[in-house]
Amino acid sequence: MKSDHHVILRVITKVLIPVIVLYGLYVQFHGDFGPGGGFQAGVILAVAVILYALVFGVPSAMRAVPPAFTRSLAAVGVLLYAGVGFWALLQGGQYLEYQALFQEEPGGHHGQHVGIILIELGVLFGVSGAMLTIFYAFAGRVAEIRDEDW
Amino acid sequence: MAMSEPDIGMALVNIVLLGLLFVVGIAIARLRSLFAIVMLSGIYSLVSAVWYVAVDAVDVGFTEAAVGAGMSTAVLLGAMLLTSRTAKPEKSLRQLGPLLVCIATGIMLIYATVDLPAVGDPNSPANTGVGLTYLRVAWFDTGIENVVTPVLGSYRGFDTLGETTVVFVAGIAVALLLGFGERSLAETIRNEDKSLPKATTKPDPENEETDA
Repeated sequence: MKSDHHVILRVITKVLIPVIVLYGLYVQFHGDFGPGGGFQAGVILAVAVILYALVFGVPSAMRAVPPAFTRSLAAVGVLLYAGVGFWALLQGGQYLEYQALFQEEPGGHHGQHVGIILIELGVLFGVSGAMLTIFYAFAGRVAEIRDEDW
Repeated sequence: MAMSEPDIGMALVNIVLLGLLFVVGIAIARLRSLFAIVMLSGIYSLVSAVWYVAVDAVDVGFTEAAVGAGMSTAVLLGAMLLTSRTAKPEKSLRQLGPLLVCIATGIMLIYATVDLPAVGDPNSPANTGVGLTYLRVAWFDTGIENVVTPVLGSYRGFDTLGETTVVFVAGIAVALLLGFGERSLAETIRNEDKSLPKATTKPDPENEETDA
């Protein structure tokens, strides 16, 4: 923040972070077709924020993504996942039975697609929220990486 | 991939990657600078991710690259900042016990590999039992192209819910144990923001996307 001999690091980080976030979203939404899914995407999104925190300092990162938000995000993720299960229950199916979401016959895939996208979103929120909470808990104890540590 | 005949190229790739893992492992054990150790453990994860891809475990390799090389390196870096920068040298006598444990475990693992089926063996238990069933019925059941996704999300949705809950509980537990530093820092930031209305607030448009 104060000295300017990390200027290359900062510029490169600013270029990289949007790419990392975009890649995380790609991993999330392309999980039906290729390797990847909520766990990996959640970690990648969390790493984007952590990279920001390492280079620009934890206080700036906490301003952008507050700790209260990451905690709630993790809880919302688990709730979303569990909620899909209860949605299936309410539709007369069994817990997490995606086939029952829209009361389809076997062979109908709409419920499967919607259910899996929703639970993957739940995993994404849960994992990225929990990872950032853990990181903040550690990093909140030291304000910034000192210059001699690089 | 089925390997009917020995593939010299793949064997060479395996030897090089596993050799690299061995060298990095030895280096980690011998180094004293914690920063270098954290970086080398990231490299260890990256090399093992490449190796997972080489043995056709793409999803595992991907997870290793994201979690092992990305996440745990960052968390270890944060943990390292809380302690001193170099490890204390151990007495060589005290290294003997862990060394013996490592050698014994290694011998047992090597002994166990004799019973393992070859990579891609179509008659192995993993490929004849429930795995084959998933490959046969997943497309009709779910209409999702990557078979790993319906296995994780649909057939084993309970497991994945459990895993997500474990990650959530881990995050909450760490926040409960260490969270007071985080809270006081967040408090400081809020007070600073109040006292300096506009001076320090720089909007970061890139970061707002991570909320999604």
